[in-house]
Amino acid sequence: METFIHQVVAGIATGGVYASLALALVMIYQSTHHINFAQGEIAMFATYMAWTLINAGVAYWLAFIITILLSFSLGVLIQRIIIRPVENAPVLNIVVVFIGLLVILNSIAGWIFTYTIKAFPSPFPKEPPFGLYFISSHELGSICVTMVLLLLLYSFFKFTPLGLAMRAAAQNPDSSRLVGIRVGWMLALGWGLAAAIGSVAGMMIAPVVFLEPNMMSGILLYAFAAALVGGIDSPGGAVLGGFIVGILENILGAYVIGTELKLSVALVLIIVVLTIKPAGLFGKVIVSRV
Amino acid sequence: MSRMLLEVKDLFAGYGGTEVLHGLSMKIEEGSITTLLGANGAGKTTMLRALCKMIKVRGQIMFDGQAIEGKATEDIVRLGVAHVPDGRGTFGSLSTEENLQLGSYTRKDKQEVALDQEKMYSYFPRLKERRKQQAGTLSGGEQQMLAIARALMLRPRLLLLDEPSFGLAPLIVREIFDIMHAINQRDKVTILLVEQNAAMALDMAKYAYLLETGKLVLSGLSEDLKKDEAVRRSYLGH
Amino acid sequence: MSSNLLSSENSIPWIRIVLGLIVAGILPFFISNYHVFQASMVLSYAIALVGMNILIGYSGQISLGHGAFMAIGAYTSAILMDKMNIPYWMTIPIAAFICLVVGFLFGLPALRLEGHYLALATFALAVALPQLLKFKHLEFLTGGVQGIVIMKPDPPWESLFGLKLNSDRWLYFFTLAVTLLMFVIGWNLIRGRVGRALIAIRDQPIAAASMGINTPMYKSLAFGVSAMFTGVAGALSAILVAFVAPDSFTVFLSITLLVGMVIGGVTSLTGALYGALFIQFIPNIADQISKAAPWAIYGTMLILFMYLMPTGIAGAIRLLGEKLRISRF
Repeated sequence: METFIHQVVAGIATGGVYASLALALVMIYQSTHHINFAQGEIAMFATYMAWTLINAGVAYWLAFIITILLSFSLGVLIQRIIIRPVENAPVLNIVVVFIGLLVILNSIAGWIFTYTIKAFPSPFPKEPPFGLYFISSHELGSICVTMVLLLLLYSFFKFTPLGLAMRAAAQNPDSSRLVGIRVGWMLALGWGLAAAIGSVAGMMIAPVVFLEPNMMSGILLYAFAAALVGGIDSPGGAVLGGFIVGILENILGAYVIGTELKLSVALVLIIVVLTIKPAGLFGKVIVSRV
Repeated sequence: MSRMLLEVKDLFAGYGGTEVLHGLSMKIEEGSITTLLGANGAGKTTMLRALCKMIKVRGQIMFDGQAIEGKATEDIVRLGVAHVPDGRGTFGSLSTEENLQLGSYTRKDKQEVALDQEKMYSYFPRLKERRKQQAGTLSGGEQQMLAIARALMLRPRLLLLDEPSFGLAPLIVREIFDIMHAINQRDKVTILLVEQNAAMALDMAKYAYLLETGKLVLSGLSEDLKKDEAVRRSYLGH
Repeated sequence: MSSNLLSSENSIPWIRIVLGLIVAGILPFFISNYHVFQASMVLSYAIALVGMNILIGYSGQISLGHGAFMAIGAYTSAILMDKMNIPYWMTIPIAAFICLVVGFLFGLPALRLEGHYLALATFALAVALPQLLKFKHLEFLTGGVQGIVIMKPDPPWESLFGLKLNSDRWLYFFTLAVTLLMFVIGWNLIRGRVGRALIAIRDQPIAAASMGINTPMYKSLAFGVSAMFTGVAGALSAILVAFVAPDSFTVFLSITLLVGMVIGGVTSLTGALYGALFIQFIPNIADQISKAAPWAIYGTMLILFMYLMPTGIAGAIRLLGEKLRISRF
């Protein structure tokens, strides 16, 4: 029973990371109908930036904030420079550009930081919190950080004019222009936010999986599964999907199939959702008119 | 001679490879209501889209003395041009209130914005009832009102309306036209109205233009056009 | 919408082919064994790229996971040779058949997915596969993390026309023969009913369906056939390298194939050769700069090609073909 609770709690902790990444994916999908295959590598690159700062002696939380700001800028730059030229290109071209981006980020990280595995510090103490047996401090801290992030994002989108403008631009770019919204910059902003979210996810998961250029590919797969389960155009769904997938992964891994086939679980989830209910739990079913 | 708020010279516009407007010239007097009439496919909607640069154009468009043919839609809007497009263009998944808030997105004067929002609710009480409701669930008439209210939240100098009567019951159309008249008189908003319903449009507008397959064939005071043989037969039914 | 494929100009550049074959035939006797091996690898990659072209170029479906089919072909070959002592040359058609079936079955649900979603599903396949290959309950078959080591086959004759044959040279000729066979199959498919149907489905899916083309069938078929080509390439590569292991078949292999297809970029068969040359030799050259360099080059190439060919790969080639009247080869 103890281990079961711990598995669920650990699942919630990783689920928070999946939820954040899934949210980033949904944000970009909603506004552009593109799937950001490079989302994982952006998060990985951001985590390396944090590592560099921390290694240079910067205090953890300061490095945390700086990394978020740097990632935001990186996201904006990527959208303006690399993505914008192919915004309206055929799907195949767009997918190829995203893969190209993935590959470039991966190789630059490998070149600058080498492929040796590095340890990434957790800002939370090693001892379990309040003497609880089923959760580690990092897991609790990770869940809290994720929750704060999601709450901030929700408030931003729901209550600020800029958030409203971004929601409008994602839904209906033409009407948005008619109220004076600069849609192009809204897209860049969306990318900036997605990159920033990714950096937080990366920094929360790196202490667990260790830092190396290929660390995010499996995690990204889970984020895809989460986004699909929740509905690729539903932010709330993506978040819920993240937690579902996190818990599912841990429970199945511990009790059913063992930890070595976890990625196949994500694969099966993805294929099942895409085949049976592509809109996910909360997404919209799009009927294309002939 | 009154001031011209909008002047268009030799405007060509179209979609992809097809040209729809073939060298139009038009003047809109400040403070007036002008109507653009024509059959389906004449190019009326294209004209409004061209004015907002939603499509590529060739030619000259001057708004308030400034050339705008090279500007982007959002910049033209920020100069004070509001466009209520055909199909209404409401943000379906957002609430009525959020739609109105978006109308005033570019404005910095918070207090005035709040006053304007109340004014909109007084023009359109139905919208006030449904302020928290999702805009996509409003009826056709209510969405049209919302679209107009949203445009007015900009405090525009020029209001472009694309077939506001489309698909609406006569009573609602009457309501909307009365409000447009009030807006024009009270708030001094210049209006360019594209309408299929020629009779109502000619009653309300001071000036009229007639568009046929991308060319302007007739222009002048509405009362003169009302008496024109061809107009009466083709567009007024008598 | 014309395609150089359907033009009445039906000439096969016999002279170019014969010349090419002569060069290919004498090549192995003038270069080192290692270079012969590399040449063989180029040929096997070319087969894989033809597979990619059939799926992506002609059928308009995206796959980011074709490395998985190379893995299936490679492992099939390795397992047959290692566990069942089946001769290497027999493993090729078996691998081809298995990949045809698996690809077709994967294509059936996949055909409902378009664009991004199909890319996502195939991407997931590519990412998940190595873990599956390392799975300890399948170790008895796959050799787990260690993989399977195969014996490099000996040439059946000591020499050919007085020229000495060794393992590498013999395998080169074997690969060359298989490549020629696959190219002929590919050419016939593309030129025939299947090719025309695929083009119709790609360009005007709704019209195609209303003309009675069984779209789901053809799309799954395209998947199956392209998997078959890639599987044959995989089987060949297993024999050539004499070794299969899970980490040879990561998502980066699928991306490599994508790069080869983008670079070679043609819905013609010579393009597959150019692409194969690129992906075989760039790592060799760029590796000397740094381990990461080849991938930086790949990534940059992918993006640049997409900018410079905004009408898309197949579109650019149609344009080129119309302008230069490139033959089907």
